[in-house]
Formats: sequence, C-alpha cells, structure tokens
Amino acid sequence: MKSNLLEIRNLKKIYHDKDGEILAIKDISFKIKEGEFIAIVGPSGCGKSTILSILSDLENKSDGEIIISKSNLKIGYMLQNDALFDNRTILKNTLIGLEINKNLNDEKEEKVLDLLNTYGLSEFIDKYPRNLSGGMRQRVALIRTLAVEPDILLLDEPFSALDYQTRLAVSDDVYKIIKKEKKTAIIVTHDIEEAISMADRVIVLSERPAVIKNIYSIDLPNKSTPIENRKIKEFDEYYNLIWKDLDIHV
Amino acid sequence: MYSKEHKLYLKSIKRNKIFIIISQIFLLIFLLTLWEVASNLGWINSFIYSSPSKVLDTIIGLHQDGNLYIHIFTTVYETLLSFGLGTLIGILIAIILWWNKTLAKIIDPFLTVINSLPKVALGPIIIIWMGANVKSIIFMALLISVIITVMNVYQAFINTDPIKIKLLKSFKANKFQILTKVVFPTNYSNIISMLKINISMSLIGIIMGELLVSKQGIGYLIMYGSQIFNLSLVMSGVILLALVATVMYYAVYAIEKLVIKN
Repeated sequence: MKSNLLEIRNLKKIYHDKDGEILAIKDISFKIKEGEFIAIVGPSGCGKSTILSILSDLENKSDGEIIISKSNLKIGYMLQNDALFDNRTILKNTLIGLEINKNLNDEKEEKVLDLLNTYGLSEFIDKYPRNLSGGMRQRVALIRTLAVEPDILLLDEPFSALDYQTRLAVSDDVYKIIKKEKKTAIIVTHDIEEAISMADRVIVLSERPAVIKNIYSIDLPNKSTPIENRKIKEFDEYYNLIWKDLDIHV
Repeated sequence: MYSKEHKLYLKSIKRNKIFIIISQIFLLIFLLTLWEVASNLGWINSFIYSSPSKVLDTIIGLHQDGNLYIHIFTTVYETLLSFGLGTLIGILIAIILWWNKTLAKIIDPFLTVINSLPKVALGPIIIIWMGANVKSIIFMALLISVIITVMNVYQAFINTDPIKIKLLKSFKANKFQILTKVVFPTNYSNIISMLKINISMSLIGIIMGELLVSKQGIGYLIMYGSQIFNLSLVMSGVILLALVATVMYYAVYAIEKLVIKN
C-alpha cells in the first residue's frame, strides 16, 4: 500500500472584488497517493483550476488544510498554454525553472538533455519554439516542468488549446512520459473522456460553489494507454455516470 | 521552377516598384525645378522664398568656411546624447513604476499632464534655471523623450503575457526574476521599436532648444538666418535638418532590423 503524498481537508476559497465576494470552493477534501493519477472534472467556472493554483501557492486559500507527507514537496505546474518563450531555444526553455531556482548545474542540464533525447526532441534543442508543432511544444512544456524534479505534477487543462486529433495524441504522449518518470499527477479538465482515459481516480465537482459530487475509481480491465483505454467497453459506463453527475444543460 | 503565371506575377510586382521609385524621383525634380523657375522668373519673391540654387550656394559657402560640419556635428551629438540619456532614464522610470503599481497610479495624472503640456512653453523657465547653454538644450529634449519613453515602456510592461508570469511564479520566481526573465526580454522588440520614436522626439527637443538658446547647431543656423533676414540660410538649415533626421531615423531602423533578426 502506497502512502499518501498529499491530503486536502475542507478546502474553501472566496474571491473578492469591488462588487462583492464569490464563494468559489465550498468544501473539498481528498487524498492522493504516491504514483497516483487523479483527474478533477467539473462544469466550467466551478473552481477546479483554483485548486491547482492554491496547491502551487499561486493563490491563498480561505480556509482548510493542505497536509503534505514530506517536507519540501516540490510541485510542477503545467499550464493551459505551453507559455514557451519565443526568444529562448528549446533547451533554454526547458532550463528556465532550474535557472530561477538557481539550481542549474552541468549535472541537471545533462538530465534535461537526457529527457529531451528520450522524448524525441534532441534535434530541436537549439531551435526556437516557432519551429515546433503544437504537440512537440506541449512535450517541451512537460519536460520544462519535469526538469525541476517535482514530486507531484499539476496539469491545468494542458491540452485545451489543441485540436481534437492532436489532443488525443498528445494526451497519450504526456501520459506515457508521466508514467515512465513515475510521477504523481493531478489533471484538471472539462473533458470527461480525457479524465477517464488517463486517471486512476476521477473526482467530479459540482457547480460553483464547488463541492465533491462523486469520486470514481476507474477500474478498466486491461488498462493501458489513454487511446487504448477509450476502446474498452467499461469506458462508456464511466462516461455515462460522470455525464449524469455533471448534469449539463444547454 | 516557377510557372509562367508566377513569373508574370513577380514581374508585375517588380515593375510596379520601379514605377514608384521613378515617380518619386521625378516628383522631387519637378518640385525643385518649379521652385527654381518660379523664383528666376519672378513669380515668387526670391528674397523671401529663396531658390534651390541659392540654397546650394549657401551650403557650399558653409562647407568652404568649414562651419557646415560644426553645426551638423553639434546637432547630431546633442541629439544622440539626449536620445541615449532619455531612453535610459525612461526605461528606468518605467521599471520603477512597474515594480510599484501603487506609485504608478499615484503619479499617473501628473504624467498625463506633463505629457500633454507643450514642452516649448517651458523654454523660458528652463533657460533661467539651467542657464543659456547646452544644458538647457539637452534638458528640453529629455523632457520630451523621457515622458514618452516612460509611458510607452510602462504600457508594454504591464501588458506582458500573464501566463508567462504565472509560469515563472509557479517556479517560485521573485519579482526581480520576473522582470529580467519575462517582462524585459518579451518586450525587447517593443523597446527597440520605441527607439525609432525616441530619436525623432530627441531631435525635435534639440531643435526647439537650439532655436531658443544656442551658439551652434542646425537650429542656430535657422534662427540666425531669420534674424539677419537671410532666408536662403534658413532654407538651407531646414533642408540639412531634413537630411539629418532621415539619416538618423534609418540608422535606428537598420539597428532594429539587425537586433530583431537575432
């Protein structure tokens, strides 16, 4: 039995502006084990990205507790947009996190170069982002996040800017890399299929103010990669359950 | 190999380009000839309106005296000095304002007022404060270029891609790192293209200053010419100024091309 890496207890978030306050997250609690892949789905604007922002210290929580099992838990955040710097080469782009943490040395750079080699970007290290396809850019963004050797990866709708075909291929790609590097991950998405195909557990949130509606353990027989998982019969059953939970009206 | 149609297309583009250049040259020659003929035939008073040949004579005269280059050098030197200083000070102030948003809000109305105030109105005050010397001229040019630099650069800074800032914050970047890794480098091309505006602004300021107080420079030539009612000298000054302005603009433009390519 793997130990808990992170636990969120009774998380609450209120947003303030001139017109008043908005309760974005009412009460959310969940745990994540080491090596686990969790997906959070919910209607748009329900505050699912806020959870990631709070976890990575970009926003303050209003109430609740975040319990981490080891001190100095390092968090890697992958954003909705690849946010690559046009004026930096691919290698320099992937090193930016280390640069900022003043952790850049030859050994670390060697590791990043290994990652770039392993994931088919070796010939592009001296190229600029404009020379890369959308999928490759996403891979660079992931390697940039992995470069700081995070204990947990937070993925905030990382594929939403891609077209459908590319999204399938890239999510497959990113999933394989995360599994190969044995990383714990939380992905936030509005795409139910993406959530079921990638995650070990899917957390379904309600509309704002967000509470947890349901948590599903995804037990697919012969589970493999996201694209293959989509073909399994039970996939549709989970899809229907979550679809009902989300209760989407037009 | 291109298709026949494409070759024709390229040819027509080229032909159009040549036509435009030839037209421009002819238009210039036509205007100069008209000016010359009009003053020779007495359609206009050549004492007041001068003529191309008189302007040419005046410039040759200045060249023979050796004064021509002193005046050009003075104006170019003062312009480059205030351009460099103005850009530097402007960017520095923009950084301070970006760093402290509250300060930016506090001084915003003051900046707007100073920016909309015609700086030439401050001329007499500047001369009394700084003295009737080159300091006044530089100060006048700085007033113009610094304010515009501050406003443009600050605007570019606060419009930096928020996602990139968020990315750096997720790596726990401090404010100085956000400035040096995102805000400054991603606005590099904005700053470079602002230099083009700045060189023109500096020249305007320098000429304004030279018209008010100077012993040499192109602005001095123009002012001196009008005082002794030598309109050929005034016209020569204006034409020299146009040439200097054009050369400096294209010099900055060439630097911009060179820097942005890399």
